[in-house]
Amino acid sequence: MAPKQRTARKVSRNPELIRGIGKYSRSKMYHKRGLWAIKAKNGGVLPRHDPKPKPQAPSQKPPKFYPADDVKKPLVNKHKPKPTKLRASITPGTVLILLAGRFKGKRVVFLKQLPSGLLLVTGPFKINGVPLRRVNQSYVIGTSTKVDVSGVNVDKFDDKYFAKEAEKKKKKEEGEFFESEKEEKKVLPQEKKDDQKTVDSALLKSIESVLDLKAYIGARFSLKQGMKPHELVF
Amino acid sequence: MPFKRFIEIGRVALINYGKEHGRLVVIVDVIDQNRALVDAPDMVRSQVNFKRLSLTDLKVDIKRVPKKKELIKAMEDADVKNKWEKSSWGRKLIVRKTRANLNDFDRFKLMLVKIKKAAVVRQELAKLKKTSA
Repeated sequence: MAPKQRTARKVSRNPELIRGIGKYSRSKMYHKRGLWAIKAKNGGVLPRHDPKPKPQAPSQKPPKFYPADDVKKPLVNKHKPKPTKLRASITPGTVLILLAGRFKGKRVVFLKQLPSGLLLVTGPFKINGVPLRRVNQSYVIGTSTKVDVSGVNVDKFDDKYFAKEAEKKKKKEEGEFFESEKEEKKVLPQEKKDDQKTVDSALLKSIESVLDLKAYIGARFSLKQGMKPHELVF
Repeated sequence: MPFKRFIEIGRVALINYGKEHGRLVVIVDVIDQNRALVDAPDMVRSQVNFKRLSLTDLKVDIKRVPKKKELIKAMEDADVKNKWEKSSWGRKLIVRKTRANLNDFDRFKLMLVKIKKAAVVRQELAKLKKTSA
């Protein structure tokens, strides 16, 4: 009996008959809440706690400058954005059709949704040349074809992995405009190439186990004569 | 030029318009010049305008407005379901339905099969051309 077993009581002990009218009267509620017991424990009065000493706020100097007109303060907004709601048809392993960008029409395997809301997607690179890439959900058709992605570990990928490297600012001089060409080509670091390989090797096994799936993912999607997008089942 | 399919009690018809589009029903009674009372094993008996019906060749042997159980028994005796699915009209509808429900992957596989079939046909044609030339 040493630890007091008390469930966090959020529901009131006074059931509601109709909105605004409880079942029990003031005196009954006094008894039900046990205020008499609390008083008895404390010698006839309700226990009183002295206010805790507030930590002294550092004294602020009066401001040097007051604006001439009253400046309106914007209302406080503590809203934290959530990642976009993922369509029910898009689950890890779904084959997606990209609709825009360099890889439009390519069929691609969905891996996971990143905290920014974008979808992490891979070709696999060997099959159709699409690397590990981020893609917006709005530019994607989710098909009902699923690939088994249980053997793939995508925990290490997040938005920071795909962030652009900050370029060092160079001072351009007049003469150098015409002489120097941009010699630096952006080379993909070997680490990213290895990541691609590890993700793809597990995927390739599960793709090759299904007949024709490899050719399907390698082919681009296009609308042919007679295809009506609003009537197609993806 | 005479009519071959009549509105009569027991005529199997296809509803071709409206909420019940594509349903096979049996005409169970004629209400007036324009409407029929129509019934099917998995449907509440209801009225339908003749204009919404397409008559089929099938007929079921029933009396006017039979009970649901009798209707189901009569439909099984006449073997409506199998006869319909084997008829060319019924087969066409089934093909149309499967084509409409094809997945993107299914369409791709279909394309591969079509290419293979066309290749075989073309080979045979080339052989025939050679022998006849």
